[in-house]
Amino acid sequence: MTISSIKVPDVGEGVAEVEIVVWHVKPGDLVREDDLLADVMTDKATVEIPSLFAGTVVDLGGAVGETLAVGGVLCRIEHAGTGVEPEVRNAVHAGERVETASEPNRERTTAEPTPDIAKAEPPTVHKTPAGMPSAPRPEGQTPLASPAVRDRARRAGIDLRTVPGSGPAGRITDTDLDAVFAARSTPRSSASTRQRKEGTERIPVIGLRRKIADRMALANARIPHITVIEEVDVSALEDLRATMNDERGERPKLTLLPFLAAALRRAFIDHPEMNAHFLDDEGIIERHNAIHLGIATMTPNGLVVPVLRNAETYGLFGAAGEIARLADAARQGKAKREELSGSTFTITSLGPLGALATTPIINHPEVAILGVNRMAVRPMWDGTQFVPRRMMNISASFDHRVIDGWNATTFIQRLRALLQTPALIFMEDEA
Amino acid sequence: MTARACKVLIIGGGPGGYVAAIRAGQLGLDTVLVEQGAVGGTCLNVGCIPSKALIHTAEVFSDASALALDNPFGITSAAPQIDLARAVAWKDGIVSRLTGGVATLLRKARVNVLQGRAQIMDGKTVEVTATDGTVETLRCENLVIATGARAQTIPTLPFGGDILSSTEVLALETVPKRLCVVGGGYIGLEIGTAMAKLGAQVTIVEAAPQLLPLHDGDLIKPVAKRLAALNVQVLTEARAQNYADGQLEVMVGETRELIAADKVLVTVGRVPNIDGFGLESLGLDRNGRYLAIDGHCRTSMRGVYAVGDVTGEPMLAHRAMAQGDLVARVIAGEPVVWDKRAMPAVCFTDPEIVVVGQLPTQAGDAGVAIFPFAGNGRAMTRDRDDGFVRIVFTRESGLVLGIQAVGAGVSEMAGQFALALEMGATLTDIAATIQAHPTQSEAVQEAALKGLGMALHI
Repeated sequence: MTISSIKVPDVGEGVAEVEIVVWHVKPGDLVREDDLLADVMTDKATVEIPSLFAGTVVDLGGAVGETLAVGGVLCRIEHAGTGVEPEVRNAVHAGERVETASEPNRERTTAEPTPDIAKAEPPTVHKTPAGMPSAPRPEGQTPLASPAVRDRARRAGIDLRTVPGSGPAGRITDTDLDAVFAARSTPRSSASTRQRKEGTERIPVIGLRRKIADRMALANARIPHITVIEEVDVSALEDLRATMNDERGERPKLTLLPFLAAALRRAFIDHPEMNAHFLDDEGIIERHNAIHLGIATMTPNGLVVPVLRNAETYGLFGAAGEIARLADAARQGKAKREELSGSTFTITSLGPLGALATTPIINHPEVAILGVNRMAVRPMWDGTQFVPRRMMNISASFDHRVIDGWNATTFIQRLRALLQTPALIFMEDEA
Repeated sequence: MTARACKVLIIGGGPGGYVAAIRAGQLGLDTVLVEQGAVGGTCLNVGCIPSKALIHTAEVFSDASALALDNPFGITSAAPQIDLARAVAWKDGIVSRLTGGVATLLRKARVNVLQGRAQIMDGKTVEVTATDGTVETLRCENLVIATGARAQTIPTLPFGGDILSSTEVLALETVPKRLCVVGGGYIGLEIGTAMAKLGAQVTIVEAAPQLLPLHDGDLIKPVAKRLAALNVQVLTEARAQNYADGQLEVMVGETRELIAADKVLVTVGRVPNIDGFGLESLGLDRNGRYLAIDGHCRTSMRGVYAVGDVTGEPMLAHRAMAQGDLVARVIAGEPVVWDKRAMPAVCFTDPEIVVVGQLPTQAGDAGVAIFPFAGNGRAMTRDRDDGFVRIVFTRESGLVLGIQAVGAGVSEMAGQFALALEMGATLTDIAATIQAHPTQSEAVQEAALKGLGMALHI
């Protein structure tokens, strides 16, 4: 038997260290080749690390939340020793061989002549970091539960598709259902709300959530934000959008985002200071000719910002298609590293939930961010009477160190004019 | 003309209808059941129960006949004789006991049973013409269609005379000398086998390339072997044409054959009873030739439900009963839905076949573990070690997707197969459950162990 180390692989350009997000194995587990050992997280992408060997996990290189250097030991696996990759064999220290040899009893019990891999426990169910809800099974798969459990759930109005199963083959047990009842009854029952409550839930902030926390703290600590809120009459824009969508045929459906991208492209001609990075440590402002538009996107794991690169090269439908693809990739955790970095300006939209106004936090080192608020039909005074108009607020924040209030407001007024009279966006030379 | 109102009106008193009625009555719903014949439907009167009585009679006779020959038990006996009329009378006794029992249960549940024929006027109104000719109009809040199915006919072989459906063949008072069975599904095979055991020269004509077209070859092999031993002639890819002068014309491929037959039994499927009583006027959605229903047995019209054979395959009494129970509880406002994982199906052939869940052919690259009765002590002591138990499972988690068995007496194992599937059992669950020794059920545990790579007795 040989003990070999599984190292943290080089997961992409420039990544020097990774954070352990999930362990799929524990010491003593039998693993097959290609079974998942752990999920690790780089700047924004999660990478799954498979086993190179079939054997028994000896120990783990760190706990969830700890950071490991690329090339460091992720975990060690005891295996039959054939087919070891030279690179990995080198990593095995002499001391480990001695350790194995000194425990002949253990070797005999854990290593049968032909280890029955079929008996290995399946990898533990993929768990997202605490506090992040996730579907307990692939969509469309019927939850597995005994008739009694199904009946109990139905009577309580619990959809078993949302209940994780802890039993064999993911079977939902009565105990799993107890947990759902416990979670539901706590805030509901008036009797229990009056009871004094003890205890605190401690949720480790790890993985993507820690990245988000770090970046938000950095932006808020360094950047003095000034936020400008303006209302925009989007009736004409919405009419245009509806007409184009009616005639789009096979092309992707247009959301507001491609129009915003187009309006920004137009506005940046007069306001190049907005499409910029402020490298505050070096005291340099980089104005970019290319527009790499970050689009803040909610995913099951938290906020990520996929980037529409060279937004200036896209038509409306082209942008719509690419944005949809990026958002989809981000939600499924499949976005590539380069698709999640390098933005020069960011748009944040909460869609129908978008509130009356927001105070967006700038995506450091950018100098401005555009927030889009909820659209609503409001009565507007046209001089003689109230008329119903589709109104939408935009809330933009600027880095007040490098953008003055006057610049901020003229930029917003320009954006407002373009959005209120969308024809201006597309009048290349006249506007 | 009288008009009365009720909460639930059920048309058809078979397993689907009478169970719906009993449950509805128990739940306190004002329930009326309309049945033109005897309660119990096809199942009790002319189907499951009578055919099992005939099969048992045939088995007893066949066993006794075997004792007249050289046998391993050292028993000497004279060749037996049978008075089939007496066996039919015995069968009739069982049927009347059961239908009487159902009638009592309905009465105890305070269900109003109307003997007569229903005519649907609209989704809430039904006219019942009683056997004595009086007509009564009923207004109901909920209507349940449970009218079942009848034997499919072949235009060139209309029922009547020597051309029989399963109903008539189960009432025969003498064993036909030569019986030709058209249709090698489970009904044809069950009755054909029984008649062969009673001494008839049986020929089975099946249009598909194999008997029991819905089962896989492995399950059918032991049955085909036994049929051959009983001198039953099986013609596959054969189409029956005409019957005249005691001869059935059959096209086997391109060749025309004449088969001498005193009786012809036609069992080529069953058609739903959805015509002739005003159902068409409701314009309910169809699913092929059957009534379309949702997970609550609701049809496309609000307040109109359907259960049993009118809702399609599999046409099984226990499915109808489960639907009947469901419908009553849905109407009573209980939060129930059709969520069954397991639907056992048994062929009372010789040997018997039980199918629950997915066959290997339906389960993609799932694992399959087979344990033959040749390795089972109890099967040997019954002098029947043909057949096997087979478990189909997912390779990742060992979740049981299906269990099938073929062998003498395996019908009684259907329960544990269904329970395993309904509970979401894994191979480990079955392998870790102690089975009594010596029983045929040990083969189930052994098959599970084999699936885990830990078989003991193979």
